[in-house]
Amino acid sequence: MPKVTIDGHTIEVAEGTTILEAARMIGGEVAPPAMCFYSKLKTSGGYCRTCIVKVTKGSEKDPRPMPKPVASCRTPVMDGMEVQNKTAPDLVDARAGVVEFLLINHPLDCPICDQAGECHLQDLSYEHGLSKSRYDFKRREFDKIDIGPNIKLHMTRCILCYRCVKVAEQVCDSRVHGVLNRGDVSEISTHIEKALDSDFSGNVIDVCPVGALTDRTFRFKSRVWFTKPVDAHRDCKKCCGRSVLFMSGQEVLRVSVRKDTWGEVENTPEGNPGWLCNECRFEKKSASDWTIEGVRNIDRHSVISQNKYLEVKNLKIDVSNQKLIGEKAHN
Amino acid sequence: MGRKLLTEHINVPGIRNLDTYRKHGGYETLKKALGMKPEDIVEEVKKSGLRGRGGAGFPTGMKWGFLAKPEGVPRYLVCNADESEPGTFKDRYMMEFLPHLLIEGMAIGSFALGCRTSYIYIRGELMYVFHILQEAIDEAYAAGLLGKNILGTGFDFDLNVHCGGGAYICGEETALIESLEGKRGNPRIKPPFPAIKGVWGCPTVVNNVESIMAVVPIIRDGGDEYAKIGIGKSTGTKLISACGHLKKPGVYEIDLGLPVEEFIYSDEYCGGIRNDKKLKAVVAGGSSVPILPAELILKTAAGEPRLMSYESLSDGGFASGTMLGSGGFIAMDEDTSIVKNLYTFTRFYHHESCGQCSPCREGTGWMEKLLHKILDGHGTLQDVDLLWEIQSKIEGKTICPLGDAAAWPVASAIRHFKSEFEEYVRNPQNIQKDRHYYRVNNINPELV
Ligand SMILES: Cc1cc2nc3c(=O)[nH]c(=O)nc-3n(C[C@H](O)[C@H](O)[C@H](O)COP(=O)(O)O)c2cc1C
Ligand code: SF4
Ligand code: SF4
Ligand code: SF4
Ligand code: FES
Repeated sequence: MPKVTIDGHTIEVAEGTTILEAARMIGGEVAPPAMCFYSKLKTSGGYCRTCIVKVTKGSEKDPRPMPKPVASCRTPVMDGMEVQNKTAPDLVDARAGVVEFLLINHPLDCPICDQAGECHLQDLSYEHGLSKSRYDFKRREFDKIDIGPNIKLHMTRCILCYRCVKVAEQVCDSRVHGVLNRGDVSEISTHIEKALDSDFSGNVIDVCPVGALTDRTFRFKSRVWFTKPVDAHRDCKKCCGRSVLFMSGQEVLRVSVRKDTWGEVENTPEGNPGWLCNECRFEKKSASDWTIEGVRNIDRHSVISQNKYLEVKNLKIDVSNQKLIGEKAHN
Repeated sequence: MGRKLLTEHINVPGIRNLDTYRKHGGYETLKKALGMKPEDIVEEVKKSGLRGRGGAGFPTGMKWGFLAKPEGVPRYLVCNADESEPGTFKDRYMMEFLPHLLIEGMAIGSFALGCRTSYIYIRGELMYVFHILQEAIDEAYAAGLLGKNILGTGFDFDLNVHCGGGAYICGEETALIESLEGKRGNPRIKPPFPAIKGVWGCPTVVNNVESIMAVVPIIRDGGDEYAKIGIGKSTGTKLISACGHLKKPGVYEIDLGLPVEEFIYSDEYCGGIRNDKKLKAVVAGGSSVPILPAELILKTAAGEPRLMSYESLSDGGFASGTMLGSGGFIAMDEDTSIVKNLYTFTRFYHHESCGQCSPCREGTGWMEKLLHKILDGHGTLQDVDLLWEIQSKIEGKTICPLGDAAAWPVASAIRHFKSEFEEYVRNPQNIQKDRHYYRVNNINPELV
């Protein structure tokens, strides 16, 4: 079994493990941010370049350092490999460059974005971004599209991570959407805006690291940090029926898959990714449809945990405040 | 006088047709090759020292040696005829006039590598060359030089020519493979490399048109003979497509090791700079390679004469050297605006980025916009610094080398011609004249 050292932590992992996976096993700060890799989706990763690391020693056999930073999500570890992530200032600088690239055309309309609070791009720009953009040109814009009754595509926010394309390929029964055009005008699209209508298409919302794909049944209902997430399950013939309900009082505002520390869908006890079918996600919107297991454990860094599940009665006022903010940002 | 291994018969009338091609020794080498052991052919190519002519200069024999050969799995040889690098037009010229030389090379290469089916992937804009190739392939089938039991040797081999959609990125070998398979031409993330998993997931070798054509003289004369030409690790002859402000632009076959000065100024080659102007700068190997000012292209930083070879052109690294690349030689006279030229290149890379990875997708467009701003007279000195920083944030951080190819021209132009950028920033009132430089000088005003 190859041994790899990342930022000074050594770990022994199975053959074929990627640097990113090894780093996640070590955990914490050692794990590079990953905007496109998704361990439950085959061939994902390699696109966004936020997970780059510096390989200072290739392996025991060939100790030469790698000449360029490598995408840790796509590079398997070698025995004796030494990797720097947070500990190499030039690498951190290079990653800040990648983050800047992701942001130059991004609208950053977080105040009116449903993803705010659980957005990986927000986290990244908080950590690496500059306080002021150096890009003083017109940003790219696309029209918003409803793909089917339940999913909203806001392409302007898309970072082209290809995750949703892989979901359509691997989780849904047929793929009716993909990437059109090329370069910085590429867009995710269902050809001729055909609706995404597969039983599992709703999962694209959960894999999307940003607010490009959002749940139309939840849009603008509430900021996510005002909701109360609970674990719940139901008997479903199509999917595993294990979900997180984002509740307000007795109302179920949103249903999503259960996510792990890395923001990926959790596995079921049987070891399969716990994707949800569209019926559970979009139609079972009443608490009585579900058996509630208890309060969802939310990472303490998440803004969702900041509300500490405060009394729900304040919620209404806050909702209207939030709408006000939204309207302002539109002007 | 350089040897003409590839272009010897290019001016023979009718050489495009099989009969004429055969009259001049065509397909004799294929006959010879089919009598050899495949591994001996690979060995000859190794001995020849031939280096890939598509840009990277990777030794062809070594690449052939790396091809995985699992039992019961087909293998493919794919000819990269997507030539779209600005300044490079040698492959088109060769295929247009000598289609059979490519077919012969493909047959020999495929026999050596054990391929039963091979592909020529040609750039979409070259539709007329596609037809020329297809006609030549049809002729070769009719004459028993392709298809079943070639020349009675029992070797079965099919050759297909496939037309791309006209995207520069499909010249990158893994994007080419995706496109050949009928998918979107996105470069693959490596590993695995094509030698292990290429077309349809099978082991594949991708080679440039010129590399494959060069196999014919190598097998005809022997690898050792070929290796005698050239200098050091730059063996054989190389096609250079020369363009820009030269008296005689065109495609030249040179012995590697020819002094750059001789190539530009001698009557045998480019005949000097048009209108007897002074040479200002050269992009020596297609738009991707670093631009060099006249003093550095004629002599290395150490004062040695610069030669047309892989090693000499890259002498001094990127600080004072460049690369042989694909052999697209662009000469610029004293009146050329380096900034304007760079803008043209950058616009090209922005347009051709496939958009898969963030640094290239976003960075190329940003650089183009900044250069446009500078050309428009609205630039600042910070913009020049920002350009430098953007290119450094793209270089080496992308999936495929297109990101580097977009970064290097920017880096080298700023490295060697920073004062010109500053001139645009400081004296925007002078730009107007400059801006239409190409119009004024290169296009007959009566035609505009
Ligand atoms: C963006 C890009 C475009 C390329 N275009 C071409 C091309 O048009 N023709 C070509 O032969 N090689 C091209 N290459 C290089 C190929 O990827 C590959 O290295 C080459 O075909 C290998 O052939 P060789 O070993 O015979 O040089 C390109 C590479 C990149 C990154
Ligand atoms: S996706 Fe939404 S929340 Fe995330 S950075 Fe963009 S606008 Fe903000
Ligand atoms: S829509 Fe979301 S999941 Fe799909 S490519 Fe864009 S950012 Fe990724
Ligand atoms: S470097 Fe550019 S062309 Fe190459 S894969 Fe990335 S985006 Fe596509
Ligand atoms: S997570 Fe590795 S490149 Fe995006």
